[in-house]
Amino acid sequence: MNRSFIARNPSVLVFLSLLALFTLTVSVLAEGFGVGLISTSFVKTLGKTLCLCLIAVAMDLIWGYTGILSLGHFAFFGLGGYMIGMWLMYERTRQIVVTSLADGVLPPTPEEVEAAIGNQIFGVVGSSDFPLIWAFADSLTLQLALVVIVPGVLALVFGWLAFRSRVTGVYLSILTQAMTLGLSLYLFQNASGLRGNNGLSGLQNLPGITAPQSAVSLWFFWASALALGLGYLLVAWVVSGKFGSVIRGIRDNEARVRFLGYSVESYKLAVFTLTACISGIAGALYYPQAGIINPAEVAPIASIYLAVWVAIGGRGRLYGAVIGTAFVSLVSSWFTGGQAPDINLGFYTVKWVDWWLILLGLSFVLVTLYAPRGMSGLIDALPRRKGEDA
Amino acid sequence: MKTTTALASALTLATALPALAADCTVKVGVLHSLSGTMAISETTLKDTMLMLIDQQNAKGGVLGCELEAVVVDPASDWPLFAEKARELLTVQEVDVIFGNWTSVSRKSVLPVIEELNGLLFYPVQYEGEESSKNVFYTGAAPNQQAIPATDYFLEELGIEKFALLGTDYVYPRTTNNILESYLQSKDIAKDDIFVNYTPFGHSDWSKIVADVVALGADGKKVGVISTINGDANIGFYKELAAAGISADDIPVVAFSVGEEELSGLDTANLVGHLAAWNYFQSAETDTNAEWIAAWKERMGADRVTNDPMEAHYIGFNMWVNAVEAAGTADVDAVRTAMYGQEFPNLTGGTAVMLANHHLAKPVLIGEITEDGQFDIVSQTTEVAGDAWTDFLPESAKLTSDWKDLGCGMYNTETKSCVQTLSNY
Amino acid sequence: MVIAPSPFDLPESPSLMKTLLLAALAALLLTNAAPAQTTPVQDILQSQSDLIMKSSRRTIGPAIDAIADSGLPQMQSVLEAWRAKDMWQRKSDGLFFAASKNDDGTLKLRSFEDNAVVGDVARNTLIQLKPNSGIRAMIATALVQFQLSDPDPTKRHAALDSISRDPDAALLAPLRASINGEDDAALLARKTRLNNLMTMTYDPDEASRVAAINAMAGDLGLDFRGTLNPLLITKMTVAKTGTTPDANVAAQLTPGTDALSRSAAYAILVDAGLAPPLVTQDARDDALRANIVAGYVADTPVAQLSTEAKRDAAYDALAAQSLAAPRVTDTDITVRLSEHQFFEVYAEPSPAVTTAAKAALAKSESRVAASQMVDLGLDALSLASIYFLAAIGLAITFGVMGVINMAHGEFIMLGAYTGYVVQLFVPNHTLSIIIAVPMAFAVTFAAGVALERLVIRWLYHRPLETLLATFGVSIALQQLAKNIFGTQARPLTSPTWLDGAWAINDVVSISYIRIAIFILALMFLGLFLFIMRRTRLGLETRAATQNPRMASSMGINTDRVNMLTFGLGSGIAGIAGVAIGLFAKVTSEMGGDYIVQSFMTVVVGGVGNIWGTLAGAAMIGGFQKGVEWLNPSNTLAAQTYMIVFIIIFIQFRPRGIIALKGRAAGD
Repeated sequence: MNRSFIARNPSVLVFLSLLALFTLTVSVLAEGFGVGLISTSFVKTLGKTLCLCLIAVAMDLIWGYTGILSLGHFAFFGLGGYMIGMWLMYERTRQIVVTSLADGVLPPTPEEVEAAIGNQIFGVVGSSDFPLIWAFADSLTLQLALVVIVPGVLALVFGWLAFRSRVTGVYLSILTQAMTLGLSLYLFQNASGLRGNNGLSGLQNLPGITAPQSAVSLWFFWASALALGLGYLLVAWVVSGKFGSVIRGIRDNEARVRFLGYSVESYKLAVFTLTACISGIAGALYYPQAGIINPAEVAPIASIYLAVWVAIGGRGRLYGAVIGTAFVSLVSSWFTGGQAPDINLGFYTVKWVDWWLILLGLSFVLVTLYAPRGMSGLIDALPRRKGEDA
Repeated sequence: MKTTTALASALTLATALPALAADCTVKVGVLHSLSGTMAISETTLKDTMLMLIDQQNAKGGVLGCELEAVVVDPASDWPLFAEKARELLTVQEVDVIFGNWTSVSRKSVLPVIEELNGLLFYPVQYEGEESSKNVFYTGAAPNQQAIPATDYFLEELGIEKFALLGTDYVYPRTTNNILESYLQSKDIAKDDIFVNYTPFGHSDWSKIVADVVALGADGKKVGVISTINGDANIGFYKELAAAGISADDIPVVAFSVGEEELSGLDTANLVGHLAAWNYFQSAETDTNAEWIAAWKERMGADRVTNDPMEAHYIGFNMWVNAVEAAGTADVDAVRTAMYGQEFPNLTGGTAVMLANHHLAKPVLIGEITEDGQFDIVSQTTEVAGDAWTDFLPESAKLTSDWKDLGCGMYNTETKSCVQTLSNY
Repeated sequence: MVIAPSPFDLPESPSLMKTLLLAALAALLLTNAAPAQTTPVQDILQSQSDLIMKSSRRTIGPAIDAIADSGLPQMQSVLEAWRAKDMWQRKSDGLFFAASKNDDGTLKLRSFEDNAVVGDVARNTLIQLKPNSGIRAMIATALVQFQLSDPDPTKRHAALDSISRDPDAALLAPLRASINGEDDAALLARKTRLNNLMTMTYDPDEASRVAAINAMAGDLGLDFRGTLNPLLITKMTVAKTGTTPDANVAAQLTPGTDALSRSAAYAILVDAGLAPPLVTQDARDDALRANIVAGYVADTPVAQLSTEAKRDAAYDALAAQSLAAPRVTDTDITVRLSEHQFFEVYAEPSPAVTTAAKAALAKSESRVAASQMVDLGLDALSLASIYFLAAIGLAITFGVMGVINMAHGEFIMLGAYTGYVVQLFVPNHTLSIIIAVPMAFAVTFAAGVALERLVIRWLYHRPLETLLATFGVSIALQQLAKNIFGTQARPLTSPTWLDGAWAINDVVSISYIRIAIFILALMFLGLFLFIMRRTRLGLETRAATQNPRMASSMGINTDRVNMLTFGLGSGIAGIAGVAIGLFAKVTSEMGGDYIVQSFMTVVVGGVGNIWGTLAGAAMIGGFQKGVEWLNPSNTLAAQTYMIVFIIIFIQFRPRGIIALKGRAAGD
């Protein structure tokens, strides 16, 4: 990351400045430390949106720059959330259990503590044994490492298998969709050891932290903004150099790049794994703000929406992914939240809760047909036209 | 003398025209999904709440204030439930929330409600093993639905072998665990209990139905206890009917199939199969007749009533009475006033709010009839809801008493409170 | 504000008034009629009134016996009325009547004595008796003796149903007596079979029981196995080493084997009072708690008791001071077990019968296992045909044309809703299905053509974008269906001739609707082959897909061909929707259940080849049923493994089972 990189990409600097400004503004206006114009629940919404923007940046790298339409990146996002969620649940429950067992006549044995935690966590899903995958749940460091490792390894194995056998194009899209469907079906099972349909809940309560949610929400908001900034910088750097040229070459003509002597599969695998790791981090920041993670989060539809956001924002431009995600997810929640006023046509009342999805679906068709470069295409069309005219 | 008269007339005026004192609105949050997979069940409850609130306002509101419904749509999205609950409590500042259907959505809002000291009325039968200071559970706990239905199977139908079929999520899992343990305590061998879990919306039932039929090979009478949820029931009952399994051969008792669910089915081949609830539309009481008439007038003649609707009916009226008794809508005062609240059930008898935040309600068992209704064949006296089941070793020693012990998870062996927040 | 009820309210409720009048009238009639008649039926019913009204299976027995054994001829109709929930009790005097509902909501009462009409009364003056199905079964058993030789064959069938549901020793004699007079062949066969089965269990003569068992050995019937298995019920008994129990011994078990673990064997000894119980952790901790003296338990400070080993040691110290029962050691268990022998003993005393039953059942078991395999095969075939049916439209649009249509599932849904709408207007189920199939084709064909014209044809060179655009169409259509039809599942009822199942025996059966779907799938396979190979459209489609430029220079209107082909594929999806709706459910989300599976089917099978799609469907269906068979308690796992299997499979055969070779294989 030398000066020339920033100099070559002024948009990165602009983006980072805007992000910093935005973060500052929200912090000042929020309930936690500021004047209280923005409610805690909206701070959480904004923080979550930043996490979604981060995974959208990753999606843009894999789709917009490398040409691989992955319909499974929310699997990595969800896995990241599950990994951090396991520690949050374990530690919170452990503290409760230790406190309550301390009241007993005999000092608790480690086995008793473990059994009580297991019973607390899995009692609601009708079990009490600790599954093997919870082996590291007592260690924050290890679970934090797993946030990156688990999605990374899954992406590495899946990608290696898929790219090695030259699965490309729509086949790869369908295969990634199968991957996330498989993961969600697996997690839905109680036997998965991650509490089945219930998932992990109460994640907003950080163990040992007594600060009010208005403060916690801001911490996570800052962390999300920082992660987005760093992630943006990283991806922008990746796509700006020689590596970026190669992956763009793969997108535009895979065979030619291969004939030039590049190991196309290695490049694809590297990008696939990197974006999976970024998605994992985004998920790990998202779910403590959402409070609960469950298998429905990694259902195929979520990943398709991700592609929708990036496409509406504009592929192949990192800020396009961010704009599309922020715009569509915030507008979506506004329309489905019941705040949007109904439109009375006299003979029929248009309720946005009912019609928003139809509008979204159709707008997506229109964007694909008439504005393949998305919203950011509109934005950067303006100055360029000026330049061209001159 | 004159002032007294004036005061009296003012009082009369106030009681006669309570709607005028509307500057002190009491806000009631309604947190039911209006879109997504659960809209099918929850929209009805939203309409129920709006009807109850309108009826109460027509009667003069509460404490002379008008009730205002604040409806939000959590869209069957579990994290969104938490977000909307926070919004209701902090932005809209509602005094009480009526809402949720699925257990996972309840687990999602629990931390928020407890953090912000809100008040939630939860109207659906659930798996128990929970007692939150901030939630009143007006649906059935397992001992108010599953256990009596199993007793009915054992005693009245003479079932010796059980197939526990459920959708793979927390309610069937926990309920079946409790039932397995309960059946074994009733000398049913473990080999005589067949358990199967299917995904949501499952449609390929032939193998499972064949498995159930094959259970009859050792000459024992087989019965099915179904915790199958939602749409999946349609395929299940269709396959059951196709296989020609009559209720006399292999009876099926369902805990999640009510009047609403039957309306998507042709029940001609299902006559005699059972469901257990605390309420059936066919209950013959005057209040129920009024209730059904009001509902049909508001929603259309083809609409049916069901058990969670009655739970909201009881919960809402108890809350109104508690607010009147406390003289305020403040959460802590209302909670204290809730204990011991009594209100007549629609099925006869009186529901009582217990110190463990559950109701004492009668348990009804009905047989499906050709017109998609239930013929009530058994009605118990009021059964006290039990937050922690007695049939699982870990929870048998737990009890919940918010009134005297001030604890929802009290260990009776060590005589200590395990935790005051709930387990989510 | 509440107005208390007052007597002046009466005129406002004419129904109550009418009720009172009617009640008075009825009472008048009764008082006039009663002294003139003897009422033996009513007397018996009154004598059992408490039990009848209590209506519980556990207590009703004596009441039913009293009624059935009274010898009164009317009792058959009393029992039949009771079972049909047609017996009512009058609140005013507790008398029982048969009642039928009049059109105006009142009830027409009939006396049980002579079936004479007593009068019409309002419903709320009576209590309906609602015997539950347990009681109804007992009433049915009591009715058997009346019905076995009833002139009405349906009643004779009912009697036999009742016997086979609840066989009872007392019913054997009446059954045998009725066999001779039976003239209906089907009934005679049932009676003979039932007689055989009941002989096995209830005949006092050992030889005839063995003969009956041997006669039916190897039979597949559920009733046969259901009769023999109870004869082979065993229970565990313990005897001192060296002695054998005086009973029909099935086997001797050695502790420490798979059949009987050491701990289970010891538990049996404890239950029989032949050994001291093991000290459980809870019991140990209770003892420790009970013996805390000034912060110490047997010289160990309480604060140190935070490991299992320390607690065990402290307990042993307590035991040494005789303050607690000593722990049972492994050696103790070995000694106790060596002192005893464990036997499985038949409840059935006759060894001849159990030997014959065991042999007969063994003969059945192998046939049952084979039949179960056949049944599983049928299930797999059925599932495969459903997958095939859902995927065949996709095999055209995706397989032949290479268009990814994510709205394919919604076309299936559209077809199903078309079927539902047709049924709203055409109540006859057979006719409505006959209309619904072409209608569904027409509707989805039109939708497909519209989609192709408006969206897809602009994107033929951008397949990934087609995927996203059609996904947009998919969510819009789904929401539109929700707005129109609501989220509630809609009924799509199959005609009665598709009700029921084709049962080859008690193990192998398949519902007619599934057979219909199988046949439909075969028909579509034929149709597809015909269109693609024998028609001009098929030729043109193949040409337009393989080389569009060449095709159009040969004079083929590729635009039109693409449109028609896409419409055809969509239309078939619509018909599949009707079929799927008939066997499962019709909801706005049903498309989503099939879309991923359908793509998998096509991809696994091999794109561009209908036989591949068939093979893909067969493989996925077969694999899923196979996993279900291995793990019958978790269907979700089967689906998960199937997805994992597909992902791995595609790694090794990226072009599917039947891969196109040569140039056509190019992307």
